Amino acid sequence: MIEILQYGFMVNALAAASLAAIACGIIGVYVVVKRIVFISGGISHASFGGIGLGYFLGIDPVLCVIPFSIASALSIGEVSRRTKVSEDSAIGIIWTMGMAIGIMFISLTPGYAPDLFSYLFGNILTVPRSDLWIMLLLDIAIIAVVYLLYKEFLAITFDEEFATVIGIPAHKLYLVLLCLIALTVVVLIRVVGVILVIALLTIPAAVSRRFTDDLRKMMVLSIFFAALFSITGLYMSYALDLPSGSTIVLVSGIVFSLLELFRHVRRNPPLSAI
Amino acid sequence: MNDEVINLRNVWVHYDSMPVLEDVSITVYQHDFLGIIGPNGGGKSTLLRVMLGLVKPSRGEVRVLGGDPEHNRRYIGYVPQYSLFDINFPINVRDVVLTGRAGHALFRRYTDQDKELAYNALKMVDMLPFENRQIGELSGGQRQRVFIARALAAGPKVLLLDEPAAGIDARMQTEFYELLEKLKEKMAIVIVSHDITAISIYVDTIACLNRKLFYHGSKEITPEDLMATYQCPVELIAHGVPHRVLREH
Repeated sequence: MIEILQYGFMVNALAAASLAAIACGIIGVYVVVKRIVFISGGISHASFGGIGLGYFLGIDPVLCVIPFSIASALSIGEVSRRTKVSEDSAIGIIWTMGMAIGIMFISLTPGYAPDLFSYLFGNILTVPRSDLWIMLLLDIAIIAVVYLLYKEFLAITFDEEFATVIGIPAHKLYLVLLCLIALTVVVLIRVVGVILVIALLTIPAAVSRRFTDDLRKMMVLSIFFAALFSITGLYMSYALDLPSGSTIVLVSGIVFSLLELFRHVRRNPPLSAI
Repeated sequence: MNDEVINLRNVWVHYDSMPVLEDVSITVYQHDFLGIIGPNGGGKSTLLRVMLGLVKPSRGEVRVLGGDPEHNRRYIGYVPQYSLFDINFPINVRDVVLTGRAGHALFRRYTDQDKELAYNALKMVDMLPFENRQIGELSGGQRQRVFIARALAAGPKVLLLDEPAAGIDARMQTEFYELLEKLKEKMAIVIVSHDITAISIYVDTIACLNRKLFYHGSKEITPEDLMATYQCPVELIAHGVPHRVLREH
């Protein structure tokens, strides 16, 4: 494993995996405990519109995704509150609108879009250094906001209505949380792509829930699991020449399934064992 | 009229032009222990949500401690239906009760005073030995106590309980009402329930709600009120002890 570090792209890939693990480890815990997986799926798919816009304008798509994913997060958070559209319909509409806008921009851009596939499904081996800096800054922003609002986020994720009653601006903070999900999507795009983002937002947090009842410990554990899954997946994809994004997701899914299976077997011993 | 805690005057609430509450007027005073009964879908939860400023009436006026409910609802200790929670949520009893202080401690760390108030609230409901338990590891009755402690931690002037007897076995219910008797000394209490027998022994006044509110400021309810509330003849059972709830019939 050491000798592959002599390749510059491998060092970048490991850095990208670690930075992604920090963002999805922290924010994934909120996604899982507040059960907003579908909302997060909507935000991540809709942000494909930003990638298309980046191609069209000729600027770094990752940078272009930031305003786009924030806008989709805020629209998902507001639409169902201000109109009579149910939340899941609103998510479905924004989800597909964003993707359609992305495709539209790409088809309007002259020439061929060579690394389009890597934005959809991730390619951790081609992360440029400039994107690592963006990821680092976003990680710092996410950690700072969660550190400052930890108590308030805990109150609104556990019981939003009670939080409102005792004077917490619950809806505004919920929108802040959705924006953090949007930023996490941006951090994860290079690693697993917009389509597979939701795997890293749910699996590490769901696995860590098995080991602790404490939200803080869950965050630390899920950063660890996300890093473990990403680096294992990265190594396997390098060694076996497989696409990195889907290898990382499959490694995560397999570990999750094995843990669930093991837990099930342990809790319900076969009759012969009693 | 300084001891008015909650005041509703001619309140109407419509959902999609369908009336849910019709011309409801009620005043809760400082030492009231009020039970509101009515069938499911009769607007009980809506009434609570109006008091909490979570639902705006289409007509009428709502006052909490003489002011706007959105501003003064932090003085209301709200105990929602416990069945609405995700009991797998990774949070322990102490942290649940501390969230009762989160409105006072907004955008700052919890102080020693916040922690002390949470501690006292847990002690009040006899749940101190369980403070490190995850919320899902408790029984229904214990969880109910924790949610009351969370409401108490905020230092409320009135406690609003939505269907508190649901999911609690009979023995726990007696203990639960004894706890409310204790709390009654310090604050007004409003209980909402579809189960008339569960609350009638303990409360001081009863109101019947089925879109319209039937309320005489006393514990007596007439067969006519019940008929109007439940839309069908209701068999009345007088408990006799410790108070007579129903008139001779």
